Amino acid sequence: MSVTDQDAETVDAAIEALLLTNPVATTEPRDFLAAQFDAGLAWVDFPKGNGGLGLPRELRDRVFKRLEQAGAPDGRAANRLAYSMAAPTLLAWGTREQHERHLRPIFLGEERWCQLFSEPGAGSDLAAIGTRAVRVDDGWLVNGQKVWTSMANVSQVGMLLARTDPEVPKHRGLTYFALDLSTPGVEVRPLRQMTGEAEFYEVYLTDVHIPDSARIGQVSEGWKVAMATLMNERTMFGTKSMDLGPAEIALQLYRERGERVRHLRPRVIDAWIQARLLVSFASRRVHNPGSSPGPENSISKIGFALLNQRGYELCLDLIGDESLLYESYAMREYSLDAPEPDVRTRFLRSRANSIEGGTTEIMRTILAERVLGLPAEPRVDKDVPYSRIPRG
Amino acid sequence: MPTEHEELRQTVRLFLQRQSPEPEVRRLMDDRAGYDAPVWARMAEEIGLQGLAIPEDFGGSGFGYPELGIVFEELGRALLPSPFFTTVALAANALLESGDREAMLDYLPGIASGETIATVAFSEDSGGWDLDAVHARASRSGETWHLNGVKRYVLDAHVADVVLIAARTDAGISLFAVERDAPGMSIEVEASLDQTRKLARITLDQPAARLIGTEGDAGHGLRRTLRLGAVALAAEQLGGAERMLEMTVEYAKQRYQFGRQIGSFQAVKHKLADMLVEVELARCAVTDAIRSIADDTEEIELNASVAKATCSDAYFAVAAGALQLHGGIGFTWEHPAHLYFKRATSDRFLLGTPDFHRDLVGAALGI
Repeated sequence: MSVTDQDAETVDAAIEALLLTNPVATTEPRDFLAAQFDAGLAWVDFPKGNGGLGLPRELRDRVFKRLEQAGAPDGRAANRLAYSMAAPTLLAWGTREQHERHLRPIFLGEERWCQLFSEPGAGSDLAAIGTRAVRVDDGWLVNGQKVWTSMANVSQVGMLLARTDPEVPKHRGLTYFALDLSTPGVEVRPLRQMTGEAEFYEVYLTDVHIPDSARIGQVSEGWKVAMATLMNERTMFGTKSMDLGPAEIALQLYRERGERVRHLRPRVIDAWIQARLLVSFASRRVHNPGSSPGPENSISKIGFALLNQRGYELCLDLIGDESLLYESYAMREYSLDAPEPDVRTRFLRSRANSIEGGTTEIMRTILAERVLGLPAEPRVDKDVPYSRIPRG
Repeated sequence: MPTEHEELRQTVRLFLQRQSPEPEVRRLMDDRAGYDAPVWARMAEEIGLQGLAIPEDFGGSGFGYPELGIVFEELGRALLPSPFFTTVALAANALLESGDREAMLDYLPGIASGETIATVAFSEDSGGWDLDAVHARASRSGETWHLNGVKRYVLDAHVADVVLIAARTDAGISLFAVERDAPGMSIEVEASLDQTRKLARITLDQPAARLIGTEGDAGHGLRRTLRLGAVALAAEQLGGAERMLEMTVEYAKQRYQFGRQIGSFQAVKHKLADMLVEVELARCAVTDAIRSIADDTEEIELNASVAKATCSDAYFAVAAGALQLHGGIGFTWEHPAHLYFKRATSDRFLLGTPDFHRDLVGAALGI
């Protein structure tokens, strides 16, 4: 849907009315957000009554930019997964009761969501997950283990993908649930990573009971529902504010360190050029109206991963033997207000950039098949019941 | 992309498919002139390519780099051997940047109509594309200037009606025009690595020259000309890289080994995906540079250098990858891969190597 002048005027009028009846200076943040939801300015592209006005999605930015200028609260940052991924999934696949139950609390920041997809045995091959949900009289009984979950420690709900039928091929036996994380049997453990900190969590599910009313979409339709979530994950990555990252840091280090790092000048310049191009490339795609996140996003993903890894390698070379040291490996959980990590931590962290959110290898395969039209990978597990696929 | 741009692209592509198929490219590689005069005339008469970005006051149609960029991209795809690049990207820009309205009136209408082939002689025996590379001397006797020195790597000088020459006077770098067949200017075509581009060595032994612009004041205009030329070259490189990627993807779908299309092997797919990433980032660099020229921003030179460095590396990497993925056939004389590979190689050097341009970017960053 493309944005017309009339759409923009409708949104502008709604924003000004919201600000007029709820002056930012004298309105409690929660009350402001509630009024914003009721005014249809939470997700302008959602239908009226569900926090939206039924307008083009591109107008979301317009709302938040104007409200930011006015000093209004913005609950999205602390609840990004719920705002960007859970909400659109619910809207597309949830029931009216589920919309009413979740959308408003999500926007008010009262209900935070995390994603329970990946498992130790299912990384790139997400459809191979093994967490089992078995029908019981009044709902489902779930057992399994999820991994690489951000914000599980502060979330109330998890987007859970589980296997409800192991006797059909892997994509067809999945079902999607909104799991209340306070349910007995849900255990959240920090997952310590090579930087020493724990940015992610493991979630163990032992005889967890989920009512059928928490199921999103039909039984065995979980893969399609999960795709809706992941499509929105890609837009979320796409719209994340981008800076020159390691290139900017390298440039600063180069300037500070003077004569002894002169030999690194070409690499500093090269990193800066790469960063500039990638930022330009990504912002062009974001601002290109009507462009849905397509396989070309894989170009950004591959590029930024490489830039970060090479860029922080360069930063280590710039600080020289100080790279022999490390700030601290003390275990700490990730928090929004943590201090900026130093380049050695960033260097270690950058190794994940070519793995998380789709490995560079998977991204290359996507580009080769969907952009260049090369033959698809052979799928040996395609028509095989999940229970008979080799795993390990 | 606006519809008119898409139409322009289709028009140029179709024209080049008809007028510059591979056998024709190969014929012209061995041809002394190195271009086809009837095709050159039709480029001007039928689609007005030479005058596309020349202002209407000087006989052109007054479009700009967004349109010109499309033309160069298509020329790069087709590998058309022609003095178009040096006439339009270098000579016309040198005149436009010279501030010499009289010279513009004298030369630009001829360029726009296709009657005049012009080139720029800049680099010398020591090589290089910054102003320090210019050592040729100009001296004045009465109203006439005379030039002395040697110019190298001059594109298509042997067919040029006029050669614009950078030379020094006591006042500094200046630009001069020497007409074809001027006594004292001898032009010798050198054997070039890329046979689709003719390069000449020019010996200047006191030919009479016309001063273009102000004596000693040509440095800025020349530097800008070289950067504008670099953006045009980057667009050509992008076009060549695109073509090589397409050709290789096609081949990977047609070629069978081990009972499979070779494009079904991940080793091949991933290499092609990396080539795609190179091409798309090169496109981004060209688009940014063209936009800054169109908007006349302060970042023209910076973006030009980013584009030249990026596209030089991308084209070379893609051409080398294409050669590799074609296997044995890609190494034969018969297959076109080497034509692109050689173009990609020589384009790295023309108007400044990637390292030269990265150095300029560094200078712009203050390091």
